[in-house]
Amino acid sequence: MDDPKEKIRGYFARLFRNVDLQDDTDIFATGFVNSLMAMQLVMFVEKEFDLTIENEDLDLKNFNSINAISSLIKRRSAVRV
Amino acid sequence: MKIELTPQQASDKASFRAFVDNYIVPHADRFDRQQSIPLSLIKRIGKQRYLGLHLPVQHGGEGKDMITLGLLHEEVGRGCSSVRSLLTVHGMVAQSILRWGSGLLKERWLSRLARGEVIGAYGLTEPNVGSDAQSVETRAERFRDFYLMNGQKKWISFGQIADVFLIFAHCEGKPTAFLVERDSPGLSIKPISGMLGTRAAMLAELHLNDCRIPKENVVGREGFGFSHILPITLDFGRYSVAWGCVGIAQGCFEACIRYAGERKQFGSYLKDYQLIRKMLTDMITNTKAARLLCYQAGYYKDVGDPRTLTETLIAKYFASTMVARVANNAVQIHGANGCSSEYSVQRYLRDAKVMEIIEGSTQLLEVSIAQYECQNLALT
Repeated sequence: MDDPKEKIRGYFARLFRNVDLQDDTDIFATGFVNSLMAMQLVMFVEKEFDLTIENEDLDLKNFNSINAISSLIKRRSAVRV
Repeated sequence: MKIELTPQQASDKASFRAFVDNYIVPHADRFDRQQSIPLSLIKRIGKQRYLGLHLPVQHGGEGKDMITLGLLHEEVGRGCSSVRSLLTVHGMVAQSILRWGSGLLKERWLSRLARGEVIGAYGLTEPNVGSDAQSVETRAERFRDFYLMNGQKKWISFGQIADVFLIFAHCEGKPTAFLVERDSPGLSIKPISGMLGTRAAMLAELHLNDCRIPKENVVGREGFGFSHILPITLDFGRYSVAWGCVGIAQGCFEACIRYAGERKQFGSYLKDYQLIRKMLTDMITNTKAARLLCYQAGYYKDVGDPRTLTETLIAKYFASTMVARVANNAVQIHGANGCSSEYSVQRYLRDAKVMEIIEGSTQLLEVSIAQYECQNLALT
């Protein structure tokens, strides 16, 4: 699959317009994430990459950076194939 | 863009309406007076497969879309808000398991919930905690292969009869959602009566004293109760309540049309007076506007669009505030009759007030919609 990072970067760039977010920046440490955003992020990933986030994926390590989300997407996509 | 029900959705809506007119409308005022819903009706609702309408077929549900689910909740809401509350809280529990439950929990609960063999209820609020959900005082501690939970939940709709509760608690500092079965050791249930509205929703207090919960009954993971389980369950609840408000408003309008066409004052039917027509016009317009917001939220749910979370907040806010005005005017049109137990509009008014409090108070939504919508605009 294509590298999902570009789409994830775009998502966060629109969300945090004045924040310089690197691929390894801890997004939860920015203090901008609220509970609605956490669930919206799950829905964005599922819709954009056509996969399902399962309960065993509920780990902050899977969502705390662009790199982490990208890895999760690749793992989930591999499972689907 | 096409805003029109599919033939199947229109057919389902007609079936829902017929069911409600046959089995709920004629008895709803009695349910309200008796402060309970007969178990025979709940069984009948289960038999109709209404308790698992949106659940996937593989889990025993009907696999219907969220618009169809909304149509059901509108029709049931038109008949009796207390019965609609059952669909709401039961659906919130099922939704939590469907979305974040383990394979074991899905297997154990979903098909039974879908068939109505077990009833689910939602345990978030407490004596000291309403809107400020993150401050729940209920605590759970891991002990060997289970958890011990201590605390108290209050205002739990259908707590008097539910078989399983979705309970939110802090687990060693981590917000967590648990399924707690009715027969769990350490759980005691105390009925609540004398509420203003949705009086037949069989509310209860739950007392958890060293309540023992198997470790596999965590929904999702420890620490994700408020960030992932709470939002999707409240989203379901708000969607249901918003549709239920449309139903109450529709009920008000239909009652007023009947009454204004039969009641004469000063030699003319009420419907012929311009000030009465103005109130009816406001009812029609606001009910239709709320229904459209519900369609929008439902459409986003069906296509998996993250904007559904804020669209549902907006639908719930608009629908619950408009129905309070609509029901108030419905009583006004009915005059003294509207204040009597002989007419359902007094029940609609009491039930409508409750809609502004549950699943996010009007004031909480007034603060959060602007914040969240700004966030959505960034993503558009």
